[in-house]
Amino acid sequence: MDNPSRDLWVFVETNQDGTARKVGLELLNPGRRLADQQGGKLVAVVLAEDTTLAVKAVLPLGADTVMTITGAPYRQFNTEVYTAALCYLLQKYQPQTFLLGATSNGRELAPRISSRLQTGLTADCTQLHLDESGLVAWTRPAFGGNIMAEILCPKHRPQMGTVRPGVFKLPAVTAKRGEVIAESFPFDLPLNKLQVVQVINEVSSLVDLEGAEIIVAGGRGVGSAQGFQVLRTFAETIGAEIGASRGAVDAGWIPHAHQVGQTGKSVSPRLYIACGISGAAQHLAGIGSAEIVLAINQDPNAMIFKIADYGIVGDLFEVLPLLAQELRSRLGSASSETTQYHV
Amino acid sequence: MHILVCVKQVPYAQNIAIDPVTNTLVREGVESILNPFDGYALEAAARLKDANPAIEIHALSMGPPQAEAALRECLAMAADKGYLATDRAFAGSDTLATSYILSETIRYIEREQGISFALIFCGKQAIDGDTAQVGPQIAELLGMAQVTNGLVCELQDNKLFIWRETDEGKEQVAVELPCLATFTKPGFEPRLATVRRRTAARRAEISVIGAQELQESDFNRMGLKGSPTQVKRTFAPTLKAGGVVVDTAQDPAAVAHLAQLLVERHIISTVK
Repeated sequence: MDNPSRDLWVFVETNQDGTARKVGLELLNPGRRLADQQGGKLVAVVLAEDTTLAVKAVLPLGADTVMTITGAPYRQFNTEVYTAALCYLLQKYQPQTFLLGATSNGRELAPRISSRLQTGLTADCTQLHLDESGLVAWTRPAFGGNIMAEILCPKHRPQMGTVRPGVFKLPAVTAKRGEVIAESFPFDLPLNKLQVVQVINEVSSLVDLEGAEIIVAGGRGVGSAQGFQVLRTFAETIGAEIGASRGAVDAGWIPHAHQVGQTGKSVSPRLYIACGISGAAQHLAGIGSAEIVLAINQDPNAMIFKIADYGIVGDLFEVLPLLAQELRSRLGSASSETTQYHV
Repeated sequence: MHILVCVKQVPYAQNIAIDPVTNTLVREGVESILNPFDGYALEAAARLKDANPAIEIHALSMGPPQAEAALRECLAMAADKGYLATDRAFAGSDTLATSYILSETIRYIEREQGISFALIFCGKQAIDGDTAQVGPQIAELLGMAQVTNGLVCELQDNKLFIWRETDEGKEQVAVELPCLATFTKPGFEPRLATVRRRTAARRAEISVIGAQELQESDFNRMGLKGSPTQVKRTFAPTLKAGGVVVDTAQDPAAVAHLAQLLVERHIISTVK
C-alpha cells in the first residue's frame, strides 16, 4: 500500500440486534492513545443491519470518525461477507493500524483479512504501545503464557492485531462528537456457504465474565461438578460471577464458556477469587488485568500464592462458608447499600 | 473423497522453561509432540472415515526434518498418507508465510496426486504460538469457506454439519464443500494407534516437499523475508508480587483475620 494514512481503525463488532460488542468499545481506549501518538484519527468501523445503536455507543467514547456499512447482509456475522466489506474499506482508506476484538468471530475474521491484504497480524495482544520508530509494538503471551513476545510489522499496512475482551477498560466518555461516514460496499457480496442449524447457549445472557466486577473461579481443587455449588453459593453472597480454570473445564465440571486463561477468557475484575487453582502460566495469562487476586488453596506452595494479593492456605470447602459468615457478621445484609463494591 | 489434515510438531508445553539470561525458550531436551488440537482434527477426519471407508486421509506438516515423527504418529492413528513440507527457504516463517507455503503445498499435492481435497482440517491453534491464524489464512488463500472451533462433525448431502464452540456456548452449522474446519477439544480423546498401524507407519513413505517442488511459487512470500511480522524481543511475563497469605492450619482465626482486611480495605463492601 502506498501512502497509508496515519489513522488507527478499530472494528466495533455488533450483535445481531445491532448493539455494539463491548470489546470493540474497549479498544477505543488504547486506540485513542495510539492514534494520537501516530498523529492520525481514531476511526471506529461498524457493520450491521442497522448501525444506529452501535454508532450511538461509539460516539461518546472518543472516536473522531465512525465508518459504517449498513444492510441486511451484515445482520449475522459471516466471515466472507465481513472480510469483503472490511478489505474494501481498508484498501480505500489505508489506515496505519487496525485493531479487532479477539472474540470467536474476530479470531475468524482477522486472519482472513490479513491473508487477503498480505499484511502482518498479531493475535491476543495484552499490551500495545508505539516503539521508538513509530511502529506498534504488539505484546502477546505465547507458549501457554510462559513467555511474552513483542512483535512488529515494519513494512506491511495496516499493522493488524487482535485483543481479547476484558484486557482494556472502557474509555472515559467525552463531550466531543465525531463525524459519521456512511459507506457502502459497491460490489456483489460473496455467496453465503454456511447456515447456522441450531444454537445452544450455555452461558445465560446475564453472565458477563469479561465485564464482571468480582469473579469466584474454581480449579482442579474443586474436585467435582457438585463442588462448584459451594462456589456458586459464595458468589451469590458477594455478588460475583463464576469462572473456572482449564483443569476444571477439561474435567467436565463446568462449561467452557466459564473458562478463564490463555485458552479461555481474559478478565479484568476488581476482585478475582481463585479457589483450588494452582496458578499455571496459562491461567495467569487470563487474569493479568485483575486488580486484586485472592487465592484459596490447600497447597501452600501453589504458584497462585506468588501473585495473589491475599491468600488463604486451607480447604476451600471450609474456607468459603466461613469467609461468607465472617463477611456477613461484619457487613450485615446490606442489600440497600448503593455504593456496591466501592474501592 | 479426500480429507487433508494439517498438523504441527510442538514442544510439550508443560516442560517449557525460559532462559533467564536470553529470555528465550530453552528448547534443548524438550520433548516434541503432535499439537493436541491437530490430534482432534485427525480424530474428526477418522470418524468421517469410520462412516465412509472410501475416504482417504492425508496428513501434511511443515517443519524441520524431525517433524516427520508427528506425521508417523498421524499415520499410526488414522492417516493414509503423509507429506512433509521442509526446506531452509521455509525457515523463520510467520503465520502468513506459513499459510502461503502450506496452501502452495496443498495445490502441489492436488496436482501431483490428481485429487482435490473436499475438506481441510486443522487444529484450532498450535499450543506453542497460540495464534489460531494459520487455518483461516489457508482458507483465504485457497478461496474456501471456513469454520473454526469445531467439536464433532458429519457429512450429509455434500455438506459438512459441524458443531462448533462459540463465545456463548455451542452451535451447529452446515457448510458447503470444499471447506476448511479447525478443531478444538471435544469431550473425547483421539483414538490410540494399534500395534499393526504403528508398525506400518514406521515403514511408510513420507513424501517430502521442498523449494524444488514449489518452484513455481513466490519465494518472496516464504520464510523470514516473506514474513510481515518480526519478533522484536521475548521476555518472561512480569508477575505481580504476592501479598498477605494466612494459613488456617497455623491460625484458627485466619479466615476471620482476612475477612477483616477485605472489609477494612473496602475490597468487599456488601453481602447478601
